[in-house]
Amino acid sequence: MQTAEHLMQADTVPVSPMLPLPYRVSDISEEIPGCQTLRLIPEFEKHYQKWTPGQFFMLYVFGHGEVPISVSGNPEKPGELTFSIMSLGSVTQAICRLKPGDAIGLRGPFGSAWPLDKLKGQNIILMAGGLGLAPLRPALYHLMSNSQAYGNIQLLYGTRQPDSIIFADELASWSANRAIEVRTTVDNAGRDWSGNVGVITDLLKDISLNDTNTSALICGPEVMMRFSAYALLDRGLAMENIFISMERNMKCAVRMCGRCQYGRYFICHDGPVFSFDRVRELFRIREL
Amino acid sequence: MMVNIKSIHNLLAENDFFKGMSSEYLKTLAGCGKLAHFKGGDFLIREGDCANAFYLIRSGKVAIECHTPASGEVSIARIGAGDITGYSWLFPPYRNNFDSLALSDVSAVVLNGKCLRSKAEQDHELGYQLMKRFAQVMHDRLEATRHQMLDVYANGRTSNAG
Repeated sequence: MQTAEHLMQADTVPVSPMLPLPYRVSDISEEIPGCQTLRLIPEFEKHYQKWTPGQFFMLYVFGHGEVPISVSGNPEKPGELTFSIMSLGSVTQAICRLKPGDAIGLRGPFGSAWPLDKLKGQNIILMAGGLGLAPLRPALYHLMSNSQAYGNIQLLYGTRQPDSIIFADELASWSANRAIEVRTTVDNAGRDWSGNVGVITDLLKDISLNDTNTSALICGPEVMMRFSAYALLDRGLAMENIFISMERNMKCAVRMCGRCQYGRYFICHDGPVFSFDRVRELFRIREL
Repeated sequence: MMVNIKSIHNLLAENDFFKGMSSEYLKTLAGCGKLAHFKGGDFLIREGDCANAFYLIRSGKVAIECHTPASGEVSIARIGAGDITGYSWLFPPYRNNFDSLALSDVSAVVLNGKCLRSKAEQDHELGYQLMKRFAQVMHDRLEATRHQMLDVYANGRTSNAG
């Protein structure tokens, strides 16, 4: 029987989805207090796993446990994996205590991706709430790198307060470069904030929508996604053109344990990205 | 004076808020209106003052604020061109409950609440047309406020991000 050490030393690696591969933290940056972005590089180059925007990995902190985290980095930069993590529970707290050079285990990538190829030629609205901007960031990088293949790209971002805006420098530079249209709103602010105050759906009032050729990608707290999707439906978007990234407690990530079961779906396998027509009815079942 | 009323009539007619209202009623409303300009830092509405007007913003940005001892002035919403601020003039005791502060130079149409109340009392159809439109604004603001109260972004709650 092969041990993990043998697998790691082999030239070709038959990667088991249950076997964490060793990575090291190469760089850490603090986005906002309590939220860090970690860049990870594989201990062995051959362990780098290709992924697509919207997918997630299981991050394993030795001695603490695993958590599912969506990739927040640039898909055009292979060889490294970037994750943005809020220090909340025991595992994410342990991740946020890691230092450059520390080891971490990774399994994945898992789950469905934003259907970016299918959306070519369309206008794209991305609606991000709070840390939900992180799983959408790879899609944004892809859309900006391939902007000639898409129509108008607009990012609507809602968060709690001005000091809870993540990737603030990037948002400002994307907006300044006119790479995409960025509109930000916060739930409350003092007078030193010159931007919008109000809920994210208010931002839709200011944009014109070509309902027949527009798709939306939404990621954020479930309540925010629900009301954003309803607001887009009110503006004439078809349910199958609205995509959301769902979250449930994931454990195995390979549709075996059932922890992330959501009606007839397993979020880890059938999701996390769903078109709204597949889950709309499930949104109405409160026990789920 | 006629020029002023006519231009206000046109401004009202162009605004979505008054969409569907008859030209006759718009003329009546225009008779209660005047143009106003505010510099950044001026208050359109002050909390605690008598509520005798509402404002149709033509240009500029306005913050709807509340002063809190712990955090100072807190913006609850920001509105701009085409939006309405002020509906306390509709309900006793006709007192403003929030500030509306011009964040930039603001042009607005001010509609006198006392004048409108009296005309609405005389013509209930006008009153209904006004009430229907303000009910929609209040509904939208209440819904938005309820969503803000849910504080959905607290503790970094989001999909797959922690």
